[in-house]
Amino acid sequence: MHCAVSGNSVYAYTGARRFDAALPTLVFVHGAANDHSVWLLQARYFAHHGRNVFAVDLPGHGRSGGEPPVSVEAAAAWLMMLIDTLHVPRVGLVGHSLGALIVLEAAARHPQRATQLALLGPAVPMPVADVLLDAARTNDHLAYELITGWSFSARDQLGGNPLPGVWMLGNAMRLMERSRPGVLYTDLLACHRYGGGLSAAGSVRCPALLLLGERDLMAPAKNAAALIAALADRRVVTVPDCGHSLMTEAPDAVVDALRDFLPVAT
Amino acid sequence: MTKPKTTRFDTLTLHAGARPDPATGARATPIYQSASFVFRDSDHAAALFNMERAGHVYSRISNPTCAVLEERISALEDGVGAIAVASGQAALHLAIVTLMGAGSHIVASRSLYGGSHNLLDFTLPRFGIETTFVDPRDLDAWRGAIRPSTRLLFGETLGNPGLEVLDIPRVAELAHVHGLPLLVDSTFTTPYLMRPFELGADLVVHSATKFLSGHGVVIGGLVVDGGRFDWHGAGGSAAKFPTLTEPYAGFHDMVFAEESTTAAFLLRARREGIRDFGACMAPMTAFQILQGIETLPLRMQRHIDNTRKIVAFLAAHAMVESVGYPELSQHPDHALAKQMLPLGCGAVFSFSIRGTREQGRRFIESLRIFSHLANVGDAKSLVIHPASTTHFRVSAEDLRAAGITEGTIRLSVGLEDPEDLIEDLSRALHAAGKA
Repeated sequence: MHCAVSGNSVYAYTGARRFDAALPTLVFVHGAANDHSVWLLQARYFAHHGRNVFAVDLPGHGRSGGEPPVSVEAAAAWLMMLIDTLHVPRVGLVGHSLGALIVLEAAARHPQRATQLALLGPAVPMPVADVLLDAARTNDHLAYELITGWSFSARDQLGGNPLPGVWMLGNAMRLMERSRPGVLYTDLLACHRYGGGLSAAGSVRCPALLLLGERDLMAPAKNAAALIAALADRRVVTVPDCGHSLMTEAPDAVVDALRDFLPVAT
Repeated sequence: MTKPKTTRFDTLTLHAGARPDPATGARATPIYQSASFVFRDSDHAAALFNMERAGHVYSRISNPTCAVLEERISALEDGVGAIAVASGQAALHLAIVTLMGAGSHIVASRSLYGGSHNLLDFTLPRFGIETTFVDPRDLDAWRGAIRPSTRLLFGETLGNPGLEVLDIPRVAELAHVHGLPLLVDSTFTTPYLMRPFELGADLVVHSATKFLSGHGVVIGGLVVDGGRFDWHGAGGSAAKFPTLTEPYAGFHDMVFAEESTTAAFLLRARREGIRDFGACMAPMTAFQILQGIETLPLRMQRHIDNTRKIVAFLAAHAMVESVGYPELSQHPDHALAKQMLPLGCGAVFSFSIRGTREQGRRFIESLRIFSHLANVGDAKSLVIHPASTTHFRVSAEDLRAAGITEGTIRLSVGLEDPEDLIEDLSRALHAAGKA
């Protein structure tokens, strides 16, 4: 579905379901230079299991218009404007990587609006390696190669996708290649500069789930320790042998963890 | 942090898509010879059917052994995914019917495998899909044949049997200007010699029966998606591909291009084409093709080495009128081949012997190592007379246009000792000369 925020078109995947005000709502937010399709299985699962789902394309990403937010704070503000536009009073927030920082900030700013918070592949802080930032700044394809190389565990670098017939590395690379020039750099810089993560975590009032990849090189699990400590009501699930691309590498484990955290009507 | 190591081609031929079997530790990819797969519970069953969870339901739709092959060819082609099907013909059919229906139009090279030509020229028109055939070397002809109803451009990386080298970058550019995808049949080249997605193609089909499996023991096909084509129409093409961009009542109103930004084509092909037309690959077949791919680089290099020696022998033989191999300077695509096929131009080529049709018959029947049969890409060397076999339904005019004469003989050079092959050809040419 499409709507408009601040005059720009916004796309959100809904699982081809009509909005039902009687159901709880989940908002999924993707990571750097990605779009809604990284939630292929998870968003569809919850859309067909008793939730309204909005898997958004951030501004300047995928099918959404506008420019990519220059900071996590700006993205969080945009996200709440979107939720207002959708006339949803309270939402469960699910984010991956950059998206995890965005939903963390949004939940902290609007504790009365967030019912649950699920953070996949989070790290606070989330510094980005100079070599990656430099490549992204010049729109060098190397940036995509670095991310693809670091985002999948050593095991999954050779495939073995639970989703039949899809080559994970190629699919991840192709999705990033579709992003507009400059988008990846803007996204990575937002991650790199975000300094309010621990403060935000202290302001979160809803239950939080942290879903970590045991072999994550982009946002190593150990880099989530301070975040875990700062969240009052949290649950931590570590997915064995999994890298940063949790939704792709371990789609069932992600659905199971989210389902346990976000009980659904079957 | 240093740059992560990228797995190289030869390693991918052995490992991509596979890992030791978690249940048994088996190192070879197991043959999952099972029609169906047990659900964990009712919710799991419903979620698998509705594409909310990853996994296998029924081997017509997907199978673990076939999935390893699908990932492996995708990795080797640098695509996003693939579907393994019953044959190369099934691969071409699946690609076409996923993209279009009655009232649609294809522009195709006229230098195609006879089976592909049959499908496009005789069979698909009965279902309302028309094809215009063009000289693959004539970009103006490609351009001129595109109509408002055109949905696909199609050619072979190396034409059959004339080995016309498809200028993929230019044909792809033309296709994309018109908001159309380019599908190429890469059977003759395999990803070892050419990776069409890197040159601009959008979809690739293989007859895996040939060099990929490499031993002439199975029939199988593969459709690979490059993942770059924008079906939703940054170039205004959304209305062209409603199968991908509009709700599909046959799968809960799924809009495939919304579901997956990069692999919408594959989703539709699996959720409709394989499901409904049913031309799936058997897991035993997938296993045998995987075995073949494990030695693809070694075999292809030997195929090329042997071919070069045989081409040189034939080109210098008095009984040979012409040899059509792009590495020869007189081939019309020699320059293009040097640019696009630096590792070699494959191991299938045609040549013409001087003399009558009877002399041609005598030549083929005098061969002892080359097997007279309808196939290519075997480890064993093969020979056939296209005008009376693979292309016998093609009109005389189209045969001429495709460079096929009564004297044309097609060889598929195998892995035998090249001196034995040359001696075999020499003996047969001598016999033909005396006929």
